[in-house]
Amino acid sequence: MLVLIAAHAAVAAVLPALAPRAGRAVWWVAALVPLATLVWAAALAPSVLDGDTPVEHFGWAPSLDLEVFLRLDALSLLMTGVISGVGAAVLVYGARYTSEGHGRESALLLAFAGVMLGLVTADNLLVLYVFWELTTVVSFLLIAGRGRTREHREAAQQALVVTTGGGLAMLLGFVMLGEAAGTYRISELVADPPDGGYVPAALVLVLVGVFTKSAQFPLHGWLPAAMVAPTTVSAYLHAAAMVKAGVYLTARLAPGFADTEPWRPLVLTVGLLSLVVGAWRALWESDLKRVLAYGTISELGLLIALFGYGTRNSALAGEVMLLAHATFKASLFLITGLVEHHTGTREIGRLSGLGRRRPVLLTLAALAAASMAGLPPLAGYLGHEAYLDTFWNAARHGPGAGEEWVLAALVAGSALTATYAVRYLWGAFAGRPGTEPTPQEDPGDRALGMAVPIAALVAATLGLGVWYSGTEALTEPYAALLPSPQEPYHLALWHGLSPALLLSAAALAAGLLLYRLRPALSAVRDRSPRAPDAQGSYRQAVRGLDGAAAWLTRRTQVGSLPVYLTVLLATVLLVPGAALLLRDVPLPAPPLWNSAVQVPLAAVVLITALALATARHRLAAALLAGAVGYGVAGLFLVQGAPDLALTQFLIETLTLVVIVLVLRGLPAELGVRTGSRRVRRLRLAVATAAGALVAVLALAVSTVRREPAVSEFYTDHVEEAGAHNVVNAIIVDFRALDTLGEIAVLLVTAIGVGALIGVLGGRAATIRARPPAADRYEPTARWALPHEQWLPEARELPAHDRSLLLEILARLLFPSVLVLSLYLLYSGHLRPGGGFAGGLVAGQAFTLRYLVGGRADSAFAVPLDPRLVAGGGLALAAAAGLAPLAFGGEPLGGALVSVTLPVLGHLEATTTLVFDTGVYLLVTGVCLKLLSAVGPAQETPEEAAGKSGGTPDTPATATGSRA
Amino acid sequence: MRALDLTTALVVGGLFAVGFHLLLQRSLMRLLFGFLVLGHSTNLLVLMAAGPPGDPPITGEGHAPETFADPLPQAMALTAIVITFGVTVLLLALVYRSWRIQGHDEVRDDVEDRRVGEEVLES
Repeated sequence: MLVLIAAHAAVAAVLPALAPRAGRAVWWVAALVPLATLVWAAALAPSVLDGDTPVEHFGWAPSLDLEVFLRLDALSLLMTGVISGVGAAVLVYGARYTSEGHGRESALLLAFAGVMLGLVTADNLLVLYVFWELTTVVSFLLIAGRGRTREHREAAQQALVVTTGGGLAMLLGFVMLGEAAGTYRISELVADPPDGGYVPAALVLVLVGVFTKSAQFPLHGWLPAAMVAPTTVSAYLHAAAMVKAGVYLTARLAPGFADTEPWRPLVLTVGLLSLVVGAWRALWESDLKRVLAYGTISELGLLIALFGYGTRNSALAGEVMLLAHATFKASLFLITGLVEHHTGTREIGRLSGLGRRRPVLLTLAALAAASMAGLPPLAGYLGHEAYLDTFWNAARHGPGAGEEWVLAALVAGSALTATYAVRYLWGAFAGRPGTEPTPQEDPGDRALGMAVPIAALVAATLGLGVWYSGTEALTEPYAALLPSPQEPYHLALWHGLSPALLLSAAALAAGLLLYRLRPALSAVRDRSPRAPDAQGSYRQAVRGLDGAAAWLTRRTQVGSLPVYLTVLLATVLLVPGAALLLRDVPLPAPPLWNSAVQVPLAAVVLITALALATARHRLAAALLAGAVGYGVAGLFLVQGAPDLALTQFLIETLTLVVIVLVLRGLPAELGVRTGSRRVRRLRLAVATAAGALVAVLALAVSTVRREPAVSEFYTDHVEEAGAHNVVNAIIVDFRALDTLGEIAVLLVTAIGVGALIGVLGGRAATIRARPPAADRYEPTARWALPHEQWLPEARELPAHDRSLLLEILARLLFPSVLVLSLYLLYSGHLRPGGGFAGGLVAGQAFTLRYLVGGRADSAFAVPLDPRLVAGGGLALAAAAGLAPLAFGGEPLGGALVSVTLPVLGHLEATTTLVFDTGVYLLVTGVCLKLLSAVGPAQETPEEAAGKSGGTPDTPATATGSRA
Repeated sequence: MRALDLTTALVVGGLFAVGFHLLLQRSLMRLLFGFLVLGHSTNLLVLMAAGPPGDPPITGEGHAPETFADPLPQAMALTAIVITFGVTVLLLALVYRSWRIQGHDEVRDDVEDRRVGEEVLES
């Protein structure tokens, strides 16, 4: 089965590529695959009908209990025969019928055959669902065609929306069923059906899916609309295969759930209503395909009712009707295609006299229509007899669940079916007085190739009827699974003068009479009020949805970031805020402080933060932000987090430097506050409320903790990692993978900054000497010019930008700071420090050097690309993480190494030091990169000369940055 | 277990309020400072949520592990500080670029966003 499904997919994938060379021949290639399936099914038939069920299986996602089970039992075999038999006939027909797009059409039809094969053999609810939705997708593509007309697109969309909507309900039902039963295997589910609880609701949901897929009243509107598709698609998808998926699922579940409320009343009501309404609507259509479409809705209703009723005899009747319907309806659709091919129309009013000129076609059509109407000795007759007999007996002896009504609906349905069968036949082939014989547009050179598959299907409907013992052998094994309250019914062409025969004959007679009375009925129908049209309500629903979406979009998509953020914050305030208010546990009175040092620190932080909120100058704001950061660092220290405090101090300094460097290129003022008084008040209120919420939340959260902290594990195992500093051990050892990701993000942001500024400033990656700024202003005071070469690179600077004091300091401090950074790196495992802190200290050594000497990388003998340093750091960290793999360890694991060197003495280190060195290098490289990006790019030569052109005038703020 | 103290809760709440207030404005630079302040306050909140102050989580210095401050949020906050720095600098580059190219560093309304709504209504 897996191989066959894969073969469908593989051949379908190749066909479009073959089409440009092979032309129509691709259809023959495509037809071979379902033909092979048919042969395979026939070969397996004897053993399967004896009760053998081959099962195939492969693990799809075993950890999620998702396993693909394919199973071939008698019902699946029957469906496989229908799908592959009709599929082969339709594909052969398509070779002559289709005039363009051979590759696409044949491939989609073949793919559809494969998906259907999967659907009917799937033995897992979720796998079945996947195939179910795949048929919807393929159906969408086939109905839409190339999407040339609005009609095609709308029909395809409607089919997709309606059946997917039903499919979603069904998925929910499947999950509920699967959870209730503890298994998603269909065979196990049906053998041991769950009961009670939410199982009835699950069944209703599944049946909604069934009703949409099988176009049941009142969800049937998409099927007549889909008749815009080519006749091959209508014959295969909308008569024989896809719409039968719902029927198949009903039949599949009926043995387990037919007795569970509300299964039986629901399927009988919907099915029989569709049977009668569909057949009635078929009487008034003038398009031959729409006549057939409404007929299909009617027949599908019948099938669902028969299978859903869930007794042995009704299921047998259902199976026979399923086979009959697949053969006669598919052939009638194909005949319609041929009629249209001959005459260019399928409107009943415009066709005339075709029967006389096409006697063979008329004969085939007459046989198929007779099977539909239930005339002997055709398959349809067997089915009609079977269900009339079943419900005649059920109505007389049955459990009394309204079987009389079922019988009445069945007879009425049979009568109406006979009427529209006659209408189809007469409409397509009869001569009409007063209407010109329809012209023949095609001399018929392709007609033979199209007639052969029709003849095969008609022969099948005849053969199934005549060779009724064979039909019974095929259908009996599934029916035998169901309870049989009455005598088992056996198929035969002659049961004697039984009540069923009389009912059948009466229905036929009534149908013919109805056809005679049609003109009179038409007048009555025109005067009577119309029932609400399913199509109209669908259109209205879609329009309403579009309108609601547009309204919502207009109201919410206003394009303003502050508004979006306000909405988000208001949501945060309302939802968790309301939950917090509704909490019944009172907050314990919190202590005022845990450590008195917190109070002055808190005051500093809050005052500077408030000042920041009202600041008007960028530089002031930057300095205030820095102050907030330093204050927070102090709070970290009080909290017992020296590592954090160290990092925060370093980062805050670096942030300040970078912001000030960039500020040189920005206006001094922060810009006026925007918004009306009301907006400002709202802003203030929302922000204050959010702050208050967070404060209360923090107090509440800290009191509800019950579980012990996970970090006890780290504290207990830190010595094993050869470390004393638990925080550092977490960063470079326990959770090193997180760190690796984080330093990668850091590198990306640095590269981003380089790109964002570098593109503007030209060759920003290389550090240039600043252009002489002396033309612009005359400094009033100068530093003493150094005579000694304290910093060689500083000589490139203009004299008034140099400072002896700073150069000497930089020269002296630079190596010491670098050594300090290395010390922090090495000792990080034992004391506060580590790669981040060490790298930041090194970065600040270079910052100092840059600010004084104008270049950051002059400490190296050769110019060094900062990207190389940072990238090298990342590579080193990654390599250190992977290295243990080579020694059979876990990735990112560490080992303790101790050596005794002659001079240095006993040295102890862990291999994670290498990882930390990678972090160190990366952070240093990022600092260098940032300096090179934000430093020199601020002033391009032409700006410095005051020729700013179209860009806004850059204020000369160069003096401030050096001071 | 000792609860969070009022002082720290006030600091966290105050920083959040200031951060959000700055974030709700149209000047990109104010947005950036708002982001910076929110970063501080979130780090502080994560740290505080883990429990009251304790000794530095460093073994071998005479402190018992029971008195340690929780090291895991510290490690989280440490990397968060560095990442916040990276993102702040990126924002800064965007501010600068906006100023250089468009002549202002403000968040203007997105005209495209509005047009989407109008087009849906028309069709």
